[in-house]
Amino acid sequence: MTTPTIDRATYDTLAEATGAEFARELIDTFLQEAPVMLDDLRQALTSRDANRFRRAAHSLKSNANTFGALALGAMARTLEIDGAAMADDQKAQAVVALDEEYARVAMALSGMRDE
Amino acid sequence: MNDLRHAPARLLVVDDNKVNRLLLTRSLEMQGHSVSSAENGRVALEMLRRNPVDLVLLDMEMPEMDGFEVLEQMINDPQLRDMPVIVTSSLEGIANVVRCIELGAEDYLAKPINPVLLKARIGASLEKKRLRDQQKEMVRRFAAPEVVQDLQDSGFALGGKRVDATALFCDIRNFTALAETQPPEETIELLNTYYALMFDAVGSHGGMVTVMMGDGFMAVFGAPSPLSDHAQCAVQAAQEMVELIELFNHERRAVDKPPIAIGVGVASGEMVAGYAGTQERATFTCIGDTVNLAARLEAHTKIALRPILTDGATRARLAADTGVEALGPIQFKGKANAVEVFAVAGSMASG
Repeated sequence: MTTPTIDRATYDTLAEATGAEFARELIDTFLQEAPVMLDDLRQALTSRDANRFRRAAHSLKSNANTFGALALGAMARTLEIDGAAMADDQKAQAVVALDEEYARVAMALSGMRDE
Repeated sequence: MNDLRHAPARLLVVDDNKVNRLLLTRSLEMQGHSVSSAENGRVALEMLRRNPVDLVLLDMEMPEMDGFEVLEQMINDPQLRDMPVIVTSSLEGIANVVRCIELGAEDYLAKPINPVLLKARIGASLEKKRLRDQQKEMVRRFAAPEVVQDLQDSGFALGGKRVDATALFCDIRNFTALAETQPPEETIELLNTYYALMFDAVGSHGGMVTVMMGDGFMAVFGAPSPLSDHAQCAVQAAQEMVELIELFNHERRAVDKPPIAIGVGVASGEMVAGYAGTQERATFTCIGDTVNLAARLEAHTKIALRPILTDGATRARLAADTGVEALGPIQFKGKANAVEVFAVAGSMASG
């Protein structure tokens, strides 16, 4: 993996622009919201709801990029754009990979919050 | 000097995603703005209809009601049509951006939003809105509300169309002599009171003042918006004008000032209504024989010694109980044939 879990420059810009305290609170919000989005993604996969799948991927992409979680953002973007054209098992695999990447992101962000 | 680009404004952030909503709200608050937020389009529209804002930052991808529908509803709502919207979205595809712009969005900012770009775009949008508001305010001050509405509905184009309407001319008798006997400040004050009273009488009967010149003015009933009983409305306005001047004279006598008298000419029929001037400066006006006749009738009040004179076409359209006296045919300058002239009783009660 050439892309780091969190692009530090992106996060630092965010913290600088909005204040360190706010950035920490925003991490908390993301850590609460992201599992809901991932859940949404899995449910959409099961119920074959293409629109819901795309929307959940879209939200995840948007938030991941906000914190500099560029790899997670790129994976979510692929699902958003190509999800409809992908086979179910392909999508299922991609969602598993997304889950794993999110776990790394969550750990990294938790560490940064407690810095 | 106060930089208006960075003056605080009321903003509404619309985004279903909590992280995005909090982040954008925070960024805007740090720029000194007062920010409220909504989590979907339906809630946003409810809030905007209750409390208008200076600028909306709108996400596109939302449950319940998405951003496209919000833009569509805003463009079709006169109250919300002019409210600027900046779309903030991570939508994929240029076609979506184009669609937003076509639906009236002022600008498009891709997420994640760069704070410097955000500040610049908001500053520019607010400045544009301020200029638009200022322009509207100027138009309101120098043009009649009917003209403002007509311009908003049909747009501006030089040229006119034939309408059936009634023209009214009015001026103050012996105004020049009166103006010479008193200081100019007093004359201006008198004119302002006179105009306030006359505009009120014209406006409350559905008419519109199109031209003001010194102590005289012209009003039209039936243009730019059609008025079914324009002749009756114009004559009633003329009667009210005369009554108001009588009341005004009562006040003037109380402070030992000489009374004033007005003459009113009213004529009905076809005229050309439209915008005349240049692309840069134009005015709503009505022209034609009917308008000329109304001016001649007004001038003739000095000779006839009646406050309100009208023509046969107006007379024929008046309610049966309107007090009208036939003065016979009069030959006016510039008219091939003599015109039947009628005097209208100055007050509805004394008809």
